[in-house]
Amino acid sequence: MSQGYQNAEPLLKLEGLAKSFKVGTGFLGSRKRFLKAVDGVDLAVLTGEVLGLVGESGCGKSTLGRLALRLLRPSAGRVFFEGADITDLGRRQLQALRRQMQIVFQDPMTSLNPRLTVGSLLGEPFAIHGKYGRAETGRQVAALLEEVGLRPEHARRYPHQFSGGQRQRIGIARALALRPSLVVADEPVSALDVSIQAQVLNLLMELKERFSLTYLFVAHDLSVVLHLSDRVAVMYLGKIVELAPAAAYTGQGQHPYTQALLAAAPVADPKRRFRPPAIEGDVASPLAPPPGCRFHPRCPERQDICGQQEPPLREVEPGRLCACHFR
Amino acid sequence: MAHPLLRIDDLVTAFPREAAEPGGPPLVAAVDGLDLTVGAGQVVGLVGESGCGKSLTALSVLGLVPPPGKVARGSIAFNGEELLTAPAARLRQLRGAEISMIFQEPMTSLNPVFTVGRQVAEAVQAHLAVSAREAWARAEEMLAKVGIPEPARRARAYPHELSGGLRQRVMIAMALALTPRLVMADEPTTALDVTIQAQILGLMRRLQEESGAAFLLISHNLAVVAQMAERVAVMYTGRLVEEAEVGQLFAEPLHPYARGLLACLPARAEKRGQRLPTIPGTVPAPDALPPGCAFSDRCPQRFPRCQEAEPALVEVAPGRKVRCFLHHDRARTRQGLAA
Ligand SMILES: Nc1ncnc2c1ncn2[C@@H]1O[C@H](COP(=O)(O)OP(=O)(O)OP(=O)(O)O)[C@@H](O)[C@H]1O
Ligand SMILES: Nc1ncnc2c1ncn2[C@@H]1O[C@H](COP(=O)(O)OP(=O)(O)OP(=O)(O)O)[C@@H](O)[C@H]1O
Ligand SMILES: [Mg+2]
Ligand SMILES: [Mg+2]
Repeated sequence: MSQGYQNAEPLLKLEGLAKSFKVGTGFLGSRKRFLKAVDGVDLAVLTGEVLGLVGESGCGKSTLGRLALRLLRPSAGRVFFEGADITDLGRRQLQALRRQMQIVFQDPMTSLNPRLTVGSLLGEPFAIHGKYGRAETGRQVAALLEEVGLRPEHARRYPHQFSGGQRQRIGIARALALRPSLVVADEPVSALDVSIQAQVLNLLMELKERFSLTYLFVAHDLSVVLHLSDRVAVMYLGKIVELAPAAAYTGQGQHPYTQALLAAAPVADPKRRFRPPAIEGDVASPLAPPPGCRFHPRCPERQDICGQQEPPLREVEPGRLCACHFR
Repeated sequence: MAHPLLRIDDLVTAFPREAAEPGGPPLVAAVDGLDLTVGAGQVVGLVGESGCGKSLTALSVLGLVPPPGKVARGSIAFNGEELLTAPAARLRQLRGAEISMIFQEPMTSLNPVFTVGRQVAEAVQAHLAVSAREAWARAEEMLAKVGIPEPARRARAYPHELSGGLRQRVMIAMALALTPRLVMADEPTTALDVTIQAQILGLMRRLQEESGAAFLLISHNLAVVAQMAERVAVMYTGRLVEEAEVGQLFAEPLHPYARGLLACLPARAEKRGQRLPTIPGTVPAPDALPPGCAFSDRCPQRFPRCQEAEPALVEVAPGRKVRCFLHHDRARTRQGLAA
């Protein structure tokens, strides 16, 4: 969390961003259909802030994170980084940009090459960007390891020789190697035990202050996102349905889906006993999203208009956006 | 005195050491001297971090410890009947009918090539002398009971045709089809989204109240346990470190591990963005425990004795057990003062 991001320029700006995947259905993928994983997202991440992104499995959080870093090419819309349009950049130009924008994944085991030592893994970004000679790279790797709470001698070990929490530290060190300004953290603590989760969250917050980072922090656990974000965006089936300062969610969400999410999250307090779920049914398939408001089939407040017209994301209070006909 | 429904005493479940040194101990205890009681109709939560032995505890009760692992010591009594020495046929009879289990990932415990209706019906027929038609009817009835929309149609679906939440409902239908007296639910909602988790927890709560079955709810999620359980047992490296009524545990955890675990939850932080309290270090591997108390190497309150001997699980107040010298001494002082 940080102060002073208000009035800041957007470091990252997404305009009408969309991504469709071609998917085969039926036998042998004969019928090609399009799955809209992200469908018209406008979002600005301000310099120095932590923007949290929450939503249930498959709503498009990871796709949005990858689009923002241009690890994926959008089907529509534009991506701006530091004011420059990076939507159509080619490989070369993107590679240069990669120094400034990095990603931390949920499961570092699948994102770290198991055959490389941690020293080589962390040295790789320097090599790719031709930054240092061998000796200097070694010194930088040792420094990186210390920054994330590991020891320089760990450089000789392989990823499988570390615990899950330590591997996540390695993933973070790798993302920070080139001193980026923007880090997309995609469920960085979801695979970790609570005691280790707290260690890694603290580390992420410390590093953010030390290196003046901006985070797009993706997670499905509301308590984690609310704890360290300045603002939080709630996503449902490829769309942002609410965007507000994190503190605004402690009272109640505005959007009925946000309210359902908040009500569904169990609280570690037996005095506040579990209430029956606020919403029924499953998330609809992104292959066949409901017409109108995508949440309407599960919404306790739905009216006729909800199945017919899609509500725009608009300001309902100063600084608070919500996409609902009745807010 | 009547027997508790489930009583586990000094359970040790162990695996052969991977690279046993000559002369060294041949087994590693993954569950190590566990005592746990579940009363009839009670909901007991079993919590602890990954690898602490929660699943193995449940598998030991069912006689399903994966080889080469085995129960090396202890006693597991179900309604007074010793399970560890019971013949295999008797265990099969109890499994499903009297004691059933719900696993984390229903996809791995449902058979992908049969319809879900058939799988529930077969579970019924395995224990009751009913016709196929009656078993199918019972299956549909159970699918309806667990809130599956259009149960007659869904009964003909294959597991992969259902969402994760619906599959978990099928598992619950199967687990409760024979009105067991004990249901062990191992991370029943961990693979689910939070709104679906809330539905499943609500369903389990309702069915538990209706059927009067006892639940052993295994979870690493303290919030889930806080919402569901009456009593909570906290495990660390194969042992119970604290057991208490749920309100007591969450209001005032006594064991330093339990206290650390609760303190590091972001939702319990005093202020947003504040540095979270942490437990230093990581959980040691079962074959690399520190001497004395297994938590001593990470404990902020350790003193020399903690690394000399392992504290026992002691009842420090009625219904409250703690495995920690700090509280043993206090309990003794209190008793001394009272005497
Ligand atoms: N490469 C791909 N090809 C086809 N479909 C994809 C692809 N990547 C993602 N999808 C689909 O797009 C939707 C959004 O996926 P995404 O991974 O962005 O969701 P998410 O919110 O990150 O979910 P989770 O919480 O499970 O990580 C899902 O329905 C997913 O199946
Ligand atoms: N087949 C096996 N061979 C060797 N060791 C095993 C085996 N299965 C489990 N163990 C060990 O037993 C210990 C307890 O495992 P268990 O699965 O009961 O943990 P758990 O508390 O259920 O963890 P989780 O929260 O990750 O499910 C672990 O440390 C694990 O290494
Ligand atoms: Mg994702
Ligand atoms: Mg387990």
